[in-house]
Amino acid sequence: MGDINNELDERILVSMQGITKTFPGVLANDNIDLDIHPYEIHALLGENGAGKSTLMKILYGFYGADSGEIYYQGKPYQIRSPHDARGIQIGMVFQDLNLIPALSVAENIALFLPNLPAVLNHQQINEQIEDVSKRYSLHVNPNAKVANLSIGEQQKVEILKLLLSDAKLLILDEPTRVLAPHELEGLFIVLNKLREDGYAIILITHKMNEVFSCADRITVLRKGRVVNTVLRSEVNENDLIEMMFAKRITSVETPEKQAVDRSGTPVLELSSVSTTGEGDAIKLDDINLQIFPGEILGVAGVSGNGQKELSDLVLGIIGSSGKKLINGENVTNRSIPVVRKKGVVYIPENPLMMAAIPFMTVLENFALTNTASYIRFGGLAMDWGQIHKDALAAQEKLGFDVPLYTIAKALSGGNLQRSVIAREMSRQPELIVASYLTRGLDVQSANAARKALIRARESGAGVLFISEDLDELFKYCDRMVVLYQGRIVGVFTPEETDIYEIGHLMTGSEVLYAAEE
Amino acid sequence: MLQKNNKVDQKNSKLDKVLNQVLRYVGMVLIVLILFGLILLISGSDPIKSYQDIFSYTLGSRYGFTEVIVSMTPVLLTALAVALPTRVGLINVGGEGQLYMGACFATWGALTFSHLPGWVLLPIMILLGMLGGAVWAFIPGLLKSLGLVNETITTLLLNSVAPMIVAFFVYGYWHSPMDTNKTAMFVPAARLPRFFNSRIDLSFFIALALLILFWLLLKYTRWGMEMKAILGNAQAAKRNGIPINRYWIIIMCAGGAIAGLAGMAQVSGFFGVLMAGFSRGVGFMGFLISWMSFGDPLAIFITSFVISVIMTGGNYLQLTVGLPFAVINILLAFTLFIVLAKPVFLQRKVA
Amino acid sequence: MSLLAILGVLSSAIFSGTSLLYTTLGETLHQRAGIVNLGLEGIMLISAATGYRVAVETGNPYIGILVAMIVGGLTNMIIGFLVVTRKANQLASGLATMFFGFGLSALIGRDYVGVRITPLPRIPFPGTANLPLLFASLFRFDFLIYLVIPVAVLIWWLLFRTRWGLGLRAVGENADTAFASGRNPFWIKYQALGIGGMLAGLGAAHLSIAYTMNWSQFMTGGRGFIAVALVIFSKWHPLRAIGGALLFSGAVAFQLMLQSSGVRVSPFLLDTIPYLITLLVLIIWGGTRKHAAPASLGRVYQGGQQ
Repeated sequence: MGDINNELDERILVSMQGITKTFPGVLANDNIDLDIHPYEIHALLGENGAGKSTLMKILYGFYGADSGEIYYQGKPYQIRSPHDARGIQIGMVFQDLNLIPALSVAENIALFLPNLPAVLNHQQINEQIEDVSKRYSLHVNPNAKVANLSIGEQQKVEILKLLLSDAKLLILDEPTRVLAPHELEGLFIVLNKLREDGYAIILITHKMNEVFSCADRITVLRKGRVVNTVLRSEVNENDLIEMMFAKRITSVETPEKQAVDRSGTPVLELSSVSTTGEGDAIKLDDINLQIFPGEILGVAGVSGNGQKELSDLVLGIIGSSGKKLINGENVTNRSIPVVRKKGVVYIPENPLMMAAIPFMTVLENFALTNTASYIRFGGLAMDWGQIHKDALAAQEKLGFDVPLYTIAKALSGGNLQRSVIAREMSRQPELIVASYLTRGLDVQSANAARKALIRARESGAGVLFISEDLDELFKYCDRMVVLYQGRIVGVFTPEETDIYEIGHLMTGSEVLYAAEE
Repeated sequence: MLQKNNKVDQKNSKLDKVLNQVLRYVGMVLIVLILFGLILLISGSDPIKSYQDIFSYTLGSRYGFTEVIVSMTPVLLTALAVALPTRVGLINVGGEGQLYMGACFATWGALTFSHLPGWVLLPIMILLGMLGGAVWAFIPGLLKSLGLVNETITTLLLNSVAPMIVAFFVYGYWHSPMDTNKTAMFVPAARLPRFFNSRIDLSFFIALALLILFWLLLKYTRWGMEMKAILGNAQAAKRNGIPINRYWIIIMCAGGAIAGLAGMAQVSGFFGVLMAGFSRGVGFMGFLISWMSFGDPLAIFITSFVISVIMTGGNYLQLTVGLPFAVINILLAFTLFIVLAKPVFLQRKVA
Repeated sequence: MSLLAILGVLSSAIFSGTSLLYTTLGETLHQRAGIVNLGLEGIMLISAATGYRVAVETGNPYIGILVAMIVGGLTNMIIGFLVVTRKANQLASGLATMFFGFGLSALIGRDYVGVRITPLPRIPFPGTANLPLLFASLFRFDFLIYLVIPVAVLIWWLLFRTRWGLGLRAVGENADTAFASGRNPFWIKYQALGIGGMLAGLGAAHLSIAYTMNWSQFMTGGRGFIAVALVIFSKWHPLRAIGGALLFSGAVAFQLMLQSSGVRVSPFLLDTIPYLITLLVLIIWGGTRKHAAPASLGRVYQGGQQ
């Protein structure tokens, strides 16, 4: 420990001062200060949307900051493009890896080699790669096509690429997101060795165990701000969890929960459902769950752990093995229209991508999920009067007031979400799949949306409620499951657990302990 | 009140938009005319006289005008054949092949049922022509829906195959005793009726009717709305329960059927025979027209008309100035280049 | 039918396949850089006509060939301007260029239909000089035929063994990554179009100046589109394109051979086989999710982060 402290006293490699960055409607980084020292592994910890990736993309020149300065070895330095960043030996591995699948490992690396000769000498490139890969035990076959590599191997290639292109500060954006446990250990060994050789490493993550496995210092971000920067030795897991998921004050009255009758037929039953996880999708592994009429089942988890796949699966967008029953009827691998006809509605995480047609009006969008019931003359025309009436009624029921003749793309995020909620709730749903229902809504609308869910529950609908907001989950769910890397790692009622236990499961620290025992 | 004001504002900005558009097109036309004028000058023709000839013939004489309509008919249909799939996000470059297959099927009907009266035979030929085009478009539609091959590549490949199938039948079985590369003249019952004492035939009115149907489909019907949704956001449309694969196949086939109809009209109305290699890019021209019109029915009509004026004028130029007919393609190409290049100084101001 | 006739067919397959191969190599470069060029038909026509006209006027076929190459490269710059600089739709830009070629070539070649030119000297294929005259005459090729396979190897070498080729392939796969590696995707696309256009021009020159020794309207007969199909068929690989070009032109040979043995098959149906095989191959790739196509093929590159 003493060694590391000595190193920290040395001059600062890179310093970011007062960085602020806004995207339309979002304050992604709010006056952030961050110092990076040589010989350190610095973890950036925080929930999704805390602003970690944005901050690092600013450092790498991918985004320009609205305000703030960057110092390199004490002197101000302008970073306008990745090219500038590489000029001061900063390299970054993005979350979605940036390799070209059709090229070989060596070619991908050669593309970024400084002083590459005009005629490629593959033997020499391979030797260069082998030199470095031996030193850090990053073994990959230089002649293999990247498309044929596992994600873990691709990550090694990315790191090799950075090392060979002379980077000294390595930014790794959630490098462990897709790694298997044994690959994870290997990565930490590599990172440690790199630190010993004088590299500085920034590790973006939301997983607690990683932080404790290798980080020297930890900066916790929440909602675009730095909560604190601490030495690993000074904190324990509960401190960090509290920093990450600080209690949010929401002025909502706690709804009265009614006992759920679990004797009848469940609205939704998944038994031993697994998916193949094609492309960059997360593989769902042996999912078993039941939702009964009048029940809200919460799905807790850091997003990207299979939530999207789970809702796609229920809706029928991706196929699976195992069994999917809706109201007792087998609908495994049936098409979406069939599933929708059974009374399933869907409120997705990104309405502009997955629910609304950007250039259609709210009214047109309202009619879309149920065009068949609004036809006149056998489909030759639409009954716009009726659609208008229904849309108004649906909004009134929820207390929304979204303009009906504006195109979806022109709506604010909140209004868009409202219009989707109003549409889906007007269909007399029996099963509601709601992903991040209240994301982007102001307090009032969020409450209205939640009330809509509760009303649906009271009328006997089942709800699959996917959220990252633990308070919300605890308050509204009758039961909750925790999703981690495509698997259900815990089932609780809110009364029998607490935010810390769920937090451990969400960040995977419990899983690691279980493996060690 | 507020809404009313908004409407007035919208009208004003709409007028502005229209004015801007008109200026844009005038500018483009000028550039094109100057460029082609230079070409004419270099090749030793008087550009001013040539332009005079073109316009006085096509727009100033009754016969010339009817000829414009005649040459407009097939491109109107093939443009529609491209525009329809465009509305569900499909790129149909296969109008040329679908046109050949339509002509092929229709000719089979004309030769096989030549003893039938016209009021039976022609509907049969029209249906066969549409079937031929639809069959040719079904292949790319199916492959796309199965997620196997992109429809652009499939339609392009099939474009090259269709003329060979036509050649196979013409050279092998259908050619007249006198020629090897074309059939005998169709019997009168197999010819589309002509109107106005000109070469304008029934297919022009069918094309107009289809154009209006296309517009109605998009504007009023349930299917048009669902198509709009698929084009706007296939992901969301799928999640909203719209069967997008079924749409892809059906709409692609419908597009093919319209191109097939164009082929039928060419052999039954225009030529009266089926000739190997009879089309030199009518299908491709349809693609370009649809692309320039953003698939909008009225724009398709206007663009087709303008293109046809150019082509018909070119035909005439061949007689008066003695330039090869194909030269008119340069004028066409310049028009296309200018539209494609979206010249900066002519661009609409973006608010 | 005799051996002589069969060899004759083979010889003509080699003659007609040469222009196809040059053009295919050019299109391979375009597509490797992410551009589908449907204008090849027009570019070939313009090059063929210009080359022929220059060969007639100068009496020197070599100058004709050179000019045809340059013209091919320059005409491709139109597509470059539209597609790369103005970010226009690739298919539409290509088709517009095709129509441009229809027109311009007709104008350029107007007075040269049927005019005779000085032919390229034909050099006997090594080892065939001592054959009977009738046989030997079938194996006398011009230098462009001898050159075409070395050129294919050269293109392969450029693409897969040089820094330039690596950059070009990276642009076709993922222009953003290529940009991140410090390359200029716009400039590289222009280079690919320039060289590819010159190869198409060379193919066209062989067609008009060396092979048919003639100019006629629409003389390329769809070779531009065949080249596009061939590129796909040969999985975007220059060496495999050699086999592809032989397959396409060999279909005719095959048909004649069948006829000689008494089987009657329409040449037109045989001509469709290469296209159908290409389609079949694509379906199989699609089924196995194996994609050989450059990943950013047909896409507009918007430029780096500002």
